[in-house]
Amino acid sequence: MSMTQPDSKTLVDIYQKMTLIKHSDDRVIGAMKAGRMVMPYYSARGQECIPSAISVQLTDEDYLVTIYRGVHDMLAKGLPPKLLWAELAGKVTGSCKGKGGPMHLTYPSKGCMVTTGVVGASMPIACGLGLAAQLRGESRVTVANFGDGASNIGAFHESLNLAAVWKLPVIFVCQNNRYAEHTAYSKGTSVERIADRAASYNMPGLHVDGNDPIAVYNAAKQAIARARAGEGPTLIEAVTFRFNGHLIGDAGEYIPKPEYERAVKDDPYPRYRNWLVENKHATAADLDAIDASIKQLIDEAEAFAMSSAAPDASEVKRDVYATEIA
Amino acid sequence: MSEVKNFGDTEASKAADVNLGDAPKKAAPVNMIQSLNWALHDAMEADANVIVFGEEIADPEGGGIVKISSGLSTKYGNRVRSTPISEMGFMGAAVGAAVVGFKPVVEIMLMNFVAVCMDQITNHAAKLRFMSGGQTHVPMVIRTMTGSGFQNGGQHSDFLEAWFCHTPGIKVVMPSNPADGYGLLRSAIDDEDPVLFIEHLNNYWTPGAAPERGKKIPLGKARIHRPGKDVTVIGYSRSMLDIPPVVEKLAKEGIDCEVIDLRTVQPMDMDTILTSVKKTGRAVIVHEACRSFGVGAELSSRIHEALFRELKAPVERVASEDCPVPYAPPLEAAYLYTHAELEASIRKTLA
Repeated sequence: MSMTQPDSKTLVDIYQKMTLIKHSDDRVIGAMKAGRMVMPYYSARGQECIPSAISVQLTDEDYLVTIYRGVHDMLAKGLPPKLLWAELAGKVTGSCKGKGGPMHLTYPSKGCMVTTGVVGASMPIACGLGLAAQLRGESRVTVANFGDGASNIGAFHESLNLAAVWKLPVIFVCQNNRYAEHTAYSKGTSVERIADRAASYNMPGLHVDGNDPIAVYNAAKQAIARARAGEGPTLIEAVTFRFNGHLIGDAGEYIPKPEYERAVKDDPYPRYRNWLVENKHATAADLDAIDASIKQLIDEAEAFAMSSAAPDASEVKRDVYATEIA
Repeated sequence: MSEVKNFGDTEASKAADVNLGDAPKKAAPVNMIQSLNWALHDAMEADANVIVFGEEIADPEGGGIVKISSGLSTKYGNRVRSTPISEMGFMGAAVGAAVVGFKPVVEIMLMNFVAVCMDQITNHAAKLRFMSGGQTHVPMVIRTMTGSGFQNGGQHSDFLEAWFCHTPGIKVVMPSNPADGYGLLRSAIDDEDPVLFIEHLNNYWTPGAAPERGKKIPLGKARIHRPGKDVTVIGYSRSMLDIPPVVEKLAKEGIDCEVIDLRTVQPMDMDTILTSVKKTGRAVIVHEACRSFGVGAELSSRIHEALFRELKAPVERVASEDCPVPYAPPLEAAYLYTHAELEASIRKTLA
């Protein structure tokens, strides 16, 4: 894979998305710990690079499908923080009127089409979104996110095969955070690299450091170009780590302490910030300004969520079918 | 409510009634395979968003195992695709395409195979509208065939409609004759919600009145197949082949049954059913699916809840045994209800 370095503006845009994801995540966890919010929350802290470096290359027309650990993917693609927070809080002002929650975030006007709570289920749906674009002769691509555990479920294999047979414009993004719920990668996966599985389906398989924005950017660039050119799907494996366990409340006892400490020490967020300043892509003051504006966005999002009304009980009769049920 | 509210309420159901009654036929009889093929052709012609896929459904692969999709791929090219044997993959692909405005009609070759793609049907197709707060929806049709009587054994013969009726968000349509098949499939494809369209192998080759091309039959409307005053007999799909001969035999004794073809199982046309049972005070429900926890149980419960004091006898259920569909012909026959059991159930409500 040839590596090109994006321009400074793009690099800072990636930082901005990473900051939005990190700050929102920190604040959600804070609100949960303070008892202001209660939910099954699957934090993506540590995985910010991946959707940030991909999404700066996507347009609102491109489709995204993700999974229960997908708040970062949705924010990077453009889900407004206010609508996210109101949805997490179960309010009628949420993107799904409080009927979906963290595992079913949806916002079609930015291409955020489906979030699934079922491991592996994002991929067959992504094939259908890709098929739609292909049949309409559009250049839009579909990004399907999933974890390392999902590469062992049938839907992964069926989807990669179908996408390859039909040459669908789909980018399969495996965010390999080394643990499938509580099970270590090597105990559940027969290959060292999930990217190697692409060979079985006759498509490129790119293995990258998911904590390196430039590596993720380059892999995505290649996959997006291939998809837009009608040449078919790509599998990207981006290796990363999640800092907050499977879901909030998981103490992570199954993770060896040295492994966890090494991962936290390598936290991609501060590393990337320092790198941007050291390499003069931005000044510390520039990044401080971004941080402040993001903080304000999250303040507004939290206030909006907390002050919004809960959905009316009559909503149980709506959106089950096209017409309200009697 | 009139007593026969839905009798002949559409041109297509008139056509179906014509074939079963005395009036002259408008057109030569056809079978379900022909009428469903017409429905697919007409739907693809009418709406460029209709796409069709499933195993072996394109013409080079035979146009479907009983040729219901014959000619589609030749005429509509890329909109019609044979898939790998990969039900979870292509069912999910249908969901994804439907979310962005296509109207996929996917074929699951035999109904038991829905088990390998249930996640996409029940967790996604059925629920995305609700979980997204109405931002997305899944206008797709899943066509599938099934039925006992062909020695296909335990994994190729089941009627599993109750699984889906128990999943809010899905509609379930089960036609009994060629004209209904055409009109209901056209409406199912137009529908904004996911529709499971279940076809019975036994009904495929039974001739019936030809549908009027272009005439759609609304979902959720039952058809009064035969008006009567003594007992309401409710069927759908294959049981609509078994009910008429038994009812006509009893008519000779002066027992006058009203026969209702549900056509759509979910949502059920409770207006038509309750109007009829209010009149007769008696009801018998007939389905091929096994008895317990089935559509008959739900319908019986609804009738008892609404009309307990007006019933002259408890509601009867006629259904198959609670066992896997067997292979050996005598066992397969023992699995399915018999005409004698149906007759006895009707008589029991009159005893």
